[in-house]
Amino acid sequence: MAITCTGEGRVRTAELRGEVDHHRARGLMRELETLVDTTAPRELILDLSGVTFMDSSGIAVVLRTWRQVKALGGELRLAGVPEQAGKVLRAAGVERLVTVE
Amino acid sequence: MKQASSNEALIRFPSCSANEGFARATAACFVAQLDPTLEEVNDIKTAVSEAVTNCIVHAYPDCLGLIQMRLRLFEDRTVEIVIKDTGVGIADVDQARTPLFTTGGEERSGMGFTIMESFMDTVKVRSRPGRGTTVVMRRRISRRMGVPG
Repeated sequence: MAITCTGEGRVRTAELRGEVDHHRARGLMRELETLVDTTAPRELILDLSGVTFMDSSGIAVVLRTWRQVKALGGELRLAGVPEQAGKVLRAAGVERLVTVE
Repeated sequence: MKQASSNEALIRFPSCSANEGFARATAACFVAQLDPTLEEVNDIKTAVSEAVTNCIVHAYPDCLGLIQMRLRLFEDRTVEIVIKDTGVGIADVDQARTPLFTTGGEERSGMGFTIMESFMDTVKVRSRPGRGTTVVMRRRISRRMGVPG
């Protein structure tokens, strides 16, 4: 399990750790999809404080999860974004769609 | 006139996704001899990761192929990274470089070339359908105060 989930009801936090690249992206997407499908969160916080590297595969992970959460009427937020991941996310304009804390 | 490099390395590896991390770590180690800032190292790692992932996802979509990465340092503290494949090639390079354009489906963001361009000083792409693609990226590493060389 690459993601640690906390919270209850419809407010959940998913903590991602390690490197988020194409090698790991599919597994992360699958885990997040399961989390969204089973909990239908009103608010899902992706905690990226443990992410040591992210490339554009991480953008796809965030945007795919954002679409799934939004489709169920919820909101996605990003928290603890490290500098390197933040630079990648900003290059794609992700902060225009997703709230970054 | 061709610029002479002061150091160089050449590695070749198969297009399996586990090698994305290997390639960017190798590039980071090579660049370390210029004592770059953390941001410079991270920018180079990110650009290498994008270029290598493109080879894995697009150049060799249904098979494993070879990826070659050549790293060179020049006297003016420029790092040149050449990532080359002999895969399917890109019919329209300008289209491939357009932000959000992807043929990789929902699992890809279409931001790979955009990130290479914004994190490196120059990015050149040469490609021929059926013959492969070569990406040449350059980044000049800043000289830090109080650091010799």
